Amino acid sequence: MLFVVYLVATYNGFIVLKARIKEAFSGIDVQLKRRVDLIPNLVETVKGYAKHEKEVFENVTKARSALMNASSNEDKAGANNMLTGALKSLFAIAEAYPDLKASDNFKDLQRQLEDTEDKIAYSRQFLNSNVLDYNTKIQTFPNSLVANMFNFAPESFFAATEEEKKEVKVKFS
Amino acid sequence: MTIHNQISSNKVRTYFIMFFFIAFISFFFYLIGKYFGDSQFYFVFGILFSIMMSFGSYFYSDKIVLAMSGAKPADKKDFFDLYTVTENMAIADGLPMPKVYVIEDPAMNAFATGRDPQHAVVCATTGILEKLNRAELEGVIAHELSHVKNFDIRLMGIVTVLVGTVAFVADWITRSLLWGGDDDNTGGKLGMIFFILFLFITPLIATLIQLAVSRRREYLADASGALLNRNPDALASALEKISGDTLILKTASNATAHLFIENPFKKDKGSKAKSFLAGLFSTHPPVEERIKLLREM
Repeated sequence: MLFVVYLVATYNGFIVLKARIKEAFSGIDVQLKRRVDLIPNLVETVKGYAKHEKEVFENVTKARSALMNASSNEDKAGANNMLTGALKSLFAIAEAYPDLKASDNFKDLQRQLEDTEDKIAYSRQFLNSNVLDYNTKIQTFPNSLVANMFNFAPESFFAATEEEKKEVKVKFS
Repeated sequence: MTIHNQISSNKVRTYFIMFFFIAFISFFFYLIGKYFGDSQFYFVFGILFSIMMSFGSYFYSDKIVLAMSGAKPADKKDFFDLYTVTENMAIADGLPMPKVYVIEDPAMNAFATGRDPQHAVVCATTGILEKLNRAELEGVIAHELSHVKNFDIRLMGIVTVLVGTVAFVADWITRSLLWGGDDDNTGGKLGMIFFILFLFITPLIATLIQLAVSRRREYLADASGALLNRNPDALASALEKISGDTLILKTASNATAHLFIENPFKKDKGSKAKSFLAGLFSTHPPVEERIKLLREM
């Protein structure tokens, strides 16, 4: 009897955690979508001041469509990191155009993108701590027996690039 | 103490305080009734009044607190940093987005209120928004959202309103005693003794409740806040700035003091030796201690 209670409680605990992970993933999706939506505007704005930087625009557009088309979480994480790199060079060329840097439109877009990036980072943090929680739970004894019985597999983390990890460290001095 | 223990202990304490308040006020009105010769009427009135107050404060403490502090809603456009930082910290904590308010005041402070995470409010002064950078503000908001998650806000909001009521009643009695004259009728000497006893006890109880609910949870909120934005130094540096700021928040009162991230009534900077009593009766743990702990994380 006691065993059945334990079984049900553990099983339900796993389900709750899995649901939370799913919710966290969709939270990331919302932010990725927002990031994708902001980019055409940004590219247009920068183009208005810096027509000749074709290669940079192409890279950003390519990374953007890669992110839009990514379906698995690994692909999304990879495409998102690619986009981060491409955007970095876009903002780097903006440094060379003082008029662009001073334009309100550009400043607003930059601020919104930065905010979205922060939100992606925090959504990822929330997701990863839930994944860690869940993975630990299904792998520790005696829960692992229940997990094996009902085929609960470990979830994968949403990876950050090495560069981003470094950025977090130097953010505050 | 884990977060889950903290949450259930906060809920239990909330109900305990509501019950205590109802018992206290009813008994109090009973004594007044004895004094005036109609104890039943006053007793029933006291019960109804205190029950109404308790439930009212359960559901409306956030609105009362916001009105008491003169806060107004903040939108994303005008308060971009505050709004987005709150969004971010809510995301990191997996909480629904709280309502965001500001107080127009150059003093630096912030608080959270509401009855549960679904009805939470985060409030900051314009002073704190001006003087902190984004990372520091993030630390402060992370601290406040920890109060939200722990259900500290429910307990603290109710305590604010109920303690405020007790203080008000005590004040009122003092006045009526001063002006009421000395007709020694029906209630008799016993009633009078209780009367005076309550007069001294009331403010003391009020103070004690406030202390009991506030101090240790500041440390806990500091720690779980640091876990949210992964940057304890940011909150430490924010607290340094806040404690170095000498402006006093005009709209804070004794009833709302314990809500804020740092004691809104700045202590006497002149007195170096911190007495035992001063430590015992402060609504917040010493800020130096909080900063030290954060720096060591």
